[in-house]
Amino acid sequence: MSRRVLMWAAIGLLAVAPVVLSDFYVTLLNYIGLASIVTLGLVLLTGVGGLTSFGQAAFVGIAAYTTAVLTTRYGVSPWLSLPAALLLTLPIALFLGFITLRLSGHYLPLGTIAWGIAIYFLFGNLEMLGKYSGIAEIPRLSLFGWSLGDGRHMYYPIWAITLVALIAVDNLLDSRTGRAIRSIKGRTKMAESFGVDTSRLKIILFVYAALLAALSGWLYALFLRYVNPTPFSLNAGIEYLFMAVIGGSTEVWGAIIGAALLTMLKEWLKDILPSIINQSGNYEIVVFGLLTILLLHRTRDGLVPFFAALLPAEKATLPRATAPALPARIQPPRGEPLLDIRDATKRFGALAAVSGLSFEMRAGEVLGLIGPNGAGKSTVFDLMTGILPANEGEIRFRGERIDRLPAREIARRGIARTFQHVNIIPSMMVLENAAIGAHLRGSAGVLSASLRLDRTEESGLQHEAAQRLDWVGLGSQLFEPAGALPLGSQRLIEVARALCADPALLLLDEPAAGLRYMEKQALADLVRRLRQGGVSVLLVEHDMEFVMGLVDRIVVMNFGEKLAEGSPPEIQNNPAVIEAYLGSVV
Amino acid sequence: MNVTVALWLSQDAVVNGSIYALLALALVVVYTVTRVIFVPQGEFISYAALSLATLQSGAVPGTVYLLIGGGLLIAVLDGSAALRKRKFKRLSAVLAENLVLPFAIAGAAWWAATRPDDLLIQVVVTLAIVTPMGPMLYRLAFQPVANASVLVLLIIAVAVHYMMTGFGLVFFGGEGVRTHLFPSAQFQLGVLNITVQSLAIVATSLVLIVLLAVLFGRTVYGKALRATALNRVGARLVGISTEFSSRLSFGLAALIGAVSGILVSPITTIYYDTGFIISLKGFVGAIIGGMTNYPLAALGSLIVGFLESYSSFWASAFKESIVFTSIIPVLLWRSLTSHRLEEDDEP
Repeated sequence: MSRRVLMWAAIGLLAVAPVVLSDFYVTLLNYIGLASIVTLGLVLLTGVGGLTSFGQAAFVGIAAYTTAVLTTRYGVSPWLSLPAALLLTLPIALFLGFITLRLSGHYLPLGTIAWGIAIYFLFGNLEMLGKYSGIAEIPRLSLFGWSLGDGRHMYYPIWAITLVALIAVDNLLDSRTGRAIRSIKGRTKMAESFGVDTSRLKIILFVYAALLAALSGWLYALFLRYVNPTPFSLNAGIEYLFMAVIGGSTEVWGAIIGAALLTMLKEWLKDILPSIINQSGNYEIVVFGLLTILLLHRTRDGLVPFFAALLPAEKATLPRATAPALPARIQPPRGEPLLDIRDATKRFGALAAVSGLSFEMRAGEVLGLIGPNGAGKSTVFDLMTGILPANEGEIRFRGERIDRLPAREIARRGIARTFQHVNIIPSMMVLENAAIGAHLRGSAGVLSASLRLDRTEESGLQHEAAQRLDWVGLGSQLFEPAGALPLGSQRLIEVARALCADPALLLLDEPAAGLRYMEKQALADLVRRLRQGGVSVLLVEHDMEFVMGLVDRIVVMNFGEKLAEGSPPEIQNNPAVIEAYLGSVV
Repeated sequence: MNVTVALWLSQDAVVNGSIYALLALALVVVYTVTRVIFVPQGEFISYAALSLATLQSGAVPGTVYLLIGGGLLIAVLDGSAALRKRKFKRLSAVLAENLVLPFAIAGAAWWAATRPDDLLIQVVVTLAIVTPMGPMLYRLAFQPVANASVLVLLIIAVAVHYMMTGFGLVFFGGEGVRTHLFPSAQFQLGVLNITVQSLAIVATSLVLIVLLAVLFGRTVYGKALRATALNRVGARLVGISTEFSSRLSFGLAALIGAVSGILVSPITTIYYDTGFIISLKGFVGAIIGGMTNYPLAALGSLIVGFLESYSSFWASAFKESIVFTSIIPVLLWRSLTSHRLEEDDEP
């Protein structure tokens, strides 16, 4: 059975559910839908983005209380309370996101725990929110005079919104911004090197998840028509996270499966345990904890990825080419000064990885940067691309000083690189990995991606990526998971990704390592073709045969300093270079 | 507010703050060594306080059965593995550690329960019951997924917290207890009444902190812990068992939790689920201190103590809100001063 059939079957079952099920189960399904909306936000934020939040229940609560106060005290229409709830959640989420997201991993979960508790106690102690007894008699939602008051009638709005949210999140993940989102978990350097503003993207993700939680809170208030602090406590926030992790936090369907499983399990345990264990006590949380631990010991990615692996894989294809090929950069005229590194120094503590290094490059040149291991070659790349700040000296690109710019700004100016330690996203397809390189050549944002308004642009980006992958010889493996390819091919993905950026200056860090002879030949041909097209290439490589046959000029580094500079024959006969490579000849 | 009230509140703040400082230390140690954000830390507090109270009432606490049950489970798991590999020396070590030791502790508990007046024995037995639960917990819940993501470890930590809270209710019921630990003597220092109790709490915390500093700075075990925290792969390469370091860090956390539980039990009524909120305040202290820097974490915990005691005087309904919101300005300051591009620890 294919995924698509399974999905339509699930939607069909959901559609007929209220017709055949009793009130109790319809209510249960309503709760599942409400939780799914919040959990979808967590799939995006936590599962894919790697940002853990225990505080989603607080956003649900803010929206639910906004709805309650506006409708009961100020007589605002329940429909109008939705934009109000979203508008109130937005600045709060922006503020909380701003103060926590720029810090490293563990602050966010702890920070969210703290505000989860703080907001709960605030709800419980504020006079205007009815303290711990809450606010009752929230009016019914009605549509064209038809009241959606009771639980059965709220079923369709709840599940319609749940499915729309699911499709929106799924669309978002399969887009230009989605690829950037999937790269911020542990790949921020790479993402920034291709122009992704990861700090901004993290805040957008956080706000997106908070707004989904607020949507659920609005529905919650109108469904129960009563709010009190308990459902928005830290415990509820923890439960949402459980749902995401158990369902499979990297898959949108994981949100629904996790929410359904947990909601039903809790009900079921409450029902069944007292009849098994003839004793009162909080046994359901013991069993619940135990089941969670055992489950995560078996499948740590959650249920949906586990079962999805059993289904036949969907055959992915390139979208129809609906857009003209992406416009290409006008390369700087051949021979124009391109890169000027002057007295660049980078120290790590007492160790000077690069010290007083100067060299120049002209447009259209292929320059080799060689030197023994640890000479500082990759550090030079990091300095040029803004990954590391230089301690001293300056770096100019086409006359403009770039050594103080962030990585994504340098990328915008036309420098693209590969990484010595392969920096791809193994779970993503080869095509998607390469397409990250074209990030700056598209502009579709979160909203247009969620609404699928980005397809023309997306088609252009994907065809560009497919073409560049074809150039490096991976044209037949576009839809394989990148992590399944051998290391040499993964390096070629890196090259294709850098090419997708349509760079003026391409930095290749040991691209030939792990390649067979024929593949090296093909790579050398590619570099020559790029040079003909006006692209300048700076190449770090240990395979001397590969370097000498390819480059116009060579800079040799040793112990962070420039040892020699010249044409390949000059370098091959330079005694200092020979000594550095082979040791001194006594 | 007059000076007397202020001094009295400050005394309260220092007493509570010193306990939060202990907990903050445990959280930092566990997090840096194992990457587990140790939510169940609070359960050790409740378990210790309630076990001590149960012993004082002349009964054997239910935590003993948990200890024996956990030991049995590990004995079966590790014992059968050792048997299959025919490692008999390992087998006997496993059995001694996980069968003989828990039963010996249970015997001691049974004996201590018959001596309601012997405070020292009760405290020692309580520590002996709670501390081994740390390494057991690591072995059963975390070791099988030691290299999982921080998120998965965190979810497991929360699940463990649920289980332990549930067991706490089963063992001790919903009633709160206070223990009698210190003489009620007090003496006058200027306008301030200082109780022996608060002196004893602060002194114990300080001694424990110094001991831990010695452990980390001077002993080979402490150095192994620090090495594991800095770089797990590197530590393994030089022959440090990260499994051992992790178990040790959990043991330390359990010990610190137990000591904190015993210390707070005479000043606060402890229920089966009280420990969680106490340890969360330790978390706040640790966050204020920046999670990995111990002296700052201790300072942060003191600040939490002061915030708590003064806000309970001025706005007692908002006490918890104030304490937990206090990390927001701290996070704000940290995010404004940090400019580095942070690469998260896991791809």
